[in-house]
Amino acid sequence: MSKGIAGIRNALLSRTMLRAIISVVVFLVVWEIGSRSKQWLGFTVPWVGHVPAPTAVLTAWLRLLADLGYWQSWYMSLIRVLAGFVAAMIIGIPLGLLMAVSKTFNGIGFPTFEVLRPIPPLAWVPASIIFWPTQELSIAFVTFLGAFFTVVINVVGGAKSIDVRYFQAAQALGSSQWDIFRRIVLPGTVPSIVVGASVGMGITWNVVVAAEMISGGGSQAGGSGGGLGFLIWNSYVGGSYEQIVVGMISIGIAGYLCSETLRRAGIVFTPWLRSR
Amino acid sequence: MMQGQAVSSSMGNKLSAVGRGAIRIEEVVKIYDPEGAAVMAVDHCSLDIAAGEICMVVGPSGCGKTTLLNAIAGFHSISSGRIYLDGELLCGPGRPKAEPGADRIVVFQNGALFPWRTNLENVAFGPIVQGKLSRKEAYEKARGMMADAGLSGTEHNFPGEISSGVRRRVEIVRALMNDPKVLLFDEPYRALDSLTKSVMHEALLEIYYKNKVTIFFITHDLEEAIFLGHRLAIMTTRPCRPKKVLEVDIPHPRDYSVLTSPRFRELMDETLEAVHEEARKAFELGEKEG
Repeated sequence: MSKGIAGIRNALLSRTMLRAIISVVVFLVVWEIGSRSKQWLGFTVPWVGHVPAPTAVLTAWLRLLADLGYWQSWYMSLIRVLAGFVAAMIIGIPLGLLMAVSKTFNGIGFPTFEVLRPIPPLAWVPASIIFWPTQELSIAFVTFLGAFFTVVINVVGGAKSIDVRYFQAAQALGSSQWDIFRRIVLPGTVPSIVVGASVGMGITWNVVVAAEMISGGGSQAGGSGGGLGFLIWNSYVGGSYEQIVVGMISIGIAGYLCSETLRRAGIVFTPWLRSR
Repeated sequence: MMQGQAVSSSMGNKLSAVGRGAIRIEEVVKIYDPEGAAVMAVDHCSLDIAAGEICMVVGPSGCGKTTLLNAIAGFHSISSGRIYLDGELLCGPGRPKAEPGADRIVVFQNGALFPWRTNLENVAFGPIVQGKLSRKEAYEKARGMMADAGLSGTEHNFPGEISSGVRRRVEIVRALMNDPKVLLFDEPYRALDSLTKSVMHEALLEIYYKNKVTIFFITHDLEEAIFLGHRLAIMTTRPCRPKKVLEVDIPHPRDYSVLTSPRFRELMDETLEAVHEEARKAFELGEKEG
């Protein structure tokens, strides 16, 4: 019986795998052909300019893998993302909870919050550069903003959508206000915190790359240590088109790794949702 | 009709003398006033429920039964009137809203087990937050009570992992952990299929025979009402007050064989007649479900 199920699963898995492989291979082949011929399969496509071929990108990537500067770019972007993200969680979660729990606080805080929230994080870049003493802090601040509003909104929404039945039941069972906060509001909000965190993490990567491009990638000159966003921008300025693509793919991978880590952390924090 | 006089209980012969859990509802009025348009949900409702009685409150959906339950539980205020528990004023003039307490616990329509806690943690919740038992003692007692209710093996599941029938049982055990005087049921078996329901009814009676708490049970399932209850309070449709109080003179302990007894059919007919009129009124009023 279990063998049968395993067999079906294997077949399904291999079919899924096969499709995934086909998808990637077809994409790479079309890309390779497209980038090698000036005309796409006989047709002139005027708006397709120079695209580096996947093989060229791979070569450039392999070369970069041995380059310490490339890894430093990873490190710098990751540090900025984490700094902004962690700060957003540390400040955003309590603030969101406070706004959800206290009507007074919500009344005072929410209007300002709602005016600031629609401002795109990138609009903050110039102000941030002027305001913060170092380039590094200004990038981290913009990254922080990217995650902050999303985290707060999710926490407030999550805490407010906890069913009133749970509060009533907790009250009837003799809970104090503090018990209700600790045993109902907090755990009830955790799923929304997880959602807010993963959405916020995505925004953080968007923002950090753009911020690095605009601000010139931090204090260190010469491109090394400027982050992945700066790596892309620098490659563009320097005419190394293969490296642009390497930078793009690197950001994709970095973002994926971060989301995956968060997803796993989320499962650990919400054991009761595991079986659904 | 019933206005002004309490519908008194004459349960003498059927109830073993239980000293606690008598509810007295006196002239309770509840007016909702959302946007200036005052809606009277409960109108001079009086009802006496004896200690240890199973009182089934029957009426069409949206007739205001739940308002009454919320007033007893202390979730909502009343506009006037008084509610007593064992002679002590729960709510009345100067105190429109009763203090929620572990002596009156609600078993909700959709269940209110905390989904983020295991069944065992849920059951042990009351004594722990009240500081009555240490964590270890509470878990020990919870395990014992769950075993008595046939819930062994589900202690470490989350409520989301067990069937809704079992969930309801866990919730009742969670209430009983606090040694309550009154259990307030708000159509707890509404969402269950009729087979599960019959199992739940027998399980509830079994628990009741062991614990003898007063039960205030809202339903619009007449079979359920007659099978479980000592008395049925058939309520008028909005505003809500007892239209007819019916004694179910079928002796407890009961099991499912009473469903086919001629007396059961007679009571069914009698109830149906009273309820049908109200149901039609409710339908004409366009009351929504719930």
